[in-house]
Amino acid sequence: MTQIEIAEKIIPFLVEEFEIERELISPEANLRDTLQLDSLDYVDLVVVIESNFGFKVKQGDFQNLATFEDFYGYVQGKVNAQDEASNN
Amino acid sequence: MLNRVVITGIGIYSCIGKNLAETTQSLYQGKSGIILDEERKKYGYRSGLTGFVDRPNLKGVLDRRSRIMLPEQGEFAFVSTDEALKVAGIDQDFIDKSSIGILFGNDSSAQAVISANDIIREKGDTVMVGSGSVFQTMNSTVTMNLSTIFRLKGINFTVSAACSSGSHSIGLGYMFIKHGYQDCIICGGAQEINLYSMGNFDALGAFSIREDAPFKASRPFDRDRDGLVPSGGAATVILESLDHALRRGATILGEVIGYGFSSNGAHISNPTVDGPQKALEMAIEQSEIGVKEIDYINAHATSTPAGDASEAKAIFNVFGQPGPYVSSTKSMTGHECWMAGASEIVYSMLMMQNGFIAPNINFDNPDEDSAKLNILAETKETKIDCFLSNSFGFGGTNSSLIIKKWENK
Repeated sequence: MTQIEIAEKIIPFLVEEFEIERELISPEANLRDTLQLDSLDYVDLVVVIESNFGFKVKQGDFQNLATFEDFYGYVQGKVNAQDEASNN
Repeated sequence: MLNRVVITGIGIYSCIGKNLAETTQSLYQGKSGIILDEERKKYGYRSGLTGFVDRPNLKGVLDRRSRIMLPEQGEFAFVSTDEALKVAGIDQDFIDKSSIGILFGNDSSAQAVISANDIIREKGDTVMVGSGSVFQTMNSTVTMNLSTIFRLKGINFTVSAACSSGSHSIGLGYMFIKHGYQDCIICGGAQEINLYSMGNFDALGAFSIREDAPFKASRPFDRDRDGLVPSGGAATVILESLDHALRRGATILGEVIGYGFSSNGAHISNPTVDGPQKALEMAIEQSEIGVKEIDYINAHATSTPAGDASEAKAIFNVFGQPGPYVSSTKSMTGHECWMAGASEIVYSMLMMQNGFIAPNINFDNPDEDSAKLNILAETKETKIDCFLSNSFGFGGTNSSLIIKKWENK
């Protein structure tokens, strides 16, 4: 999947789960500030991603991601690794 | 010096009304809130009867973080508390400058526990329950959530005392204020109403199976009663010291003058006469009034054969004949369990404010014990200056509260 495809899939989930305006999400926007994430919200972010992409997220993985672009890149890496593993 | 303790706010979210106005009307009309829930029958319940009220839609009222931590009974309690605070004239600005506490009765959160464990079993990963689950599952869910939402800074804990939880929460609030530890406490009771909340209670065969006539199923004190009908919702009672209420110019609705309590010291579920009688006598002694000054008793009577008979004997032993008017509002609401002790204070307050006594509907024929009481089967327009409310629970935990009308003195 490309990063654009990842973003198109993720954004509706984030808008619904975190109840924010779609317009606030841009690749360069800060992930934590935009979604107003506290320590509990990171748990819900893991649930959203694991439910929709099927891979396991390690605790703490998301804390190091600054922007949405970083976030899409992380998800893209995991999804592509998952696809490769299933093709082999 | 001991403080006098007054009621300045009440709120309700129940199967007979989602606010005070609707509930007053239902009480006056003797309207039942009982339905037959087919889902319960499919799930395996012996009785599908239940009181029912929709979950409130709090989207747009509370933020996402607050909402995902609230189980059903927490939502009910938020609504009843919001109403009670408005009645009391207490806004967030006042709360922020005060040290208001919260004591709420709640004794389960079954749906949240079951839903979380279903997810863990299916996914094999605890994280998939999300961040709100743990705050929904604990018995203290109502107090932990409401104290956060309303930014309360006083006493903060949950009272788990089976079906007298709500009553004890008001009794404990009364004691904290009376002895000067708190100026103002949000008290109340909340009860979940979902499919998962009552299966094991149903297993005891304690529920009415009069499923062909849901409105007739809950019939406390009636000769032909066959069991209780579970129900739920939430009720809130704002207690304050008299000085605190006068200082802020609050409208005073009533005064708590007695809190009697006892433990049966006997069987876990079979009632006794002595236990309730001891709580009644303690409340009366504390209130320093004569039994003749009590105009109305809101009975605990749930519509079980043994429980109603024991309470009838206890009331008769204390009040004799002719005793005060008696009715059980559970004839309309069903048994609101953890909430009942608080909701029945709210119902009785509404009767006192509006000059009537709600009927004990379905009281068609007395039995040997209930025939000795002054039970009202029809609505009666009459002045109430003082009432007593009983609540009893599993384990033999008993609570009796006495409330007097406020007459500016």
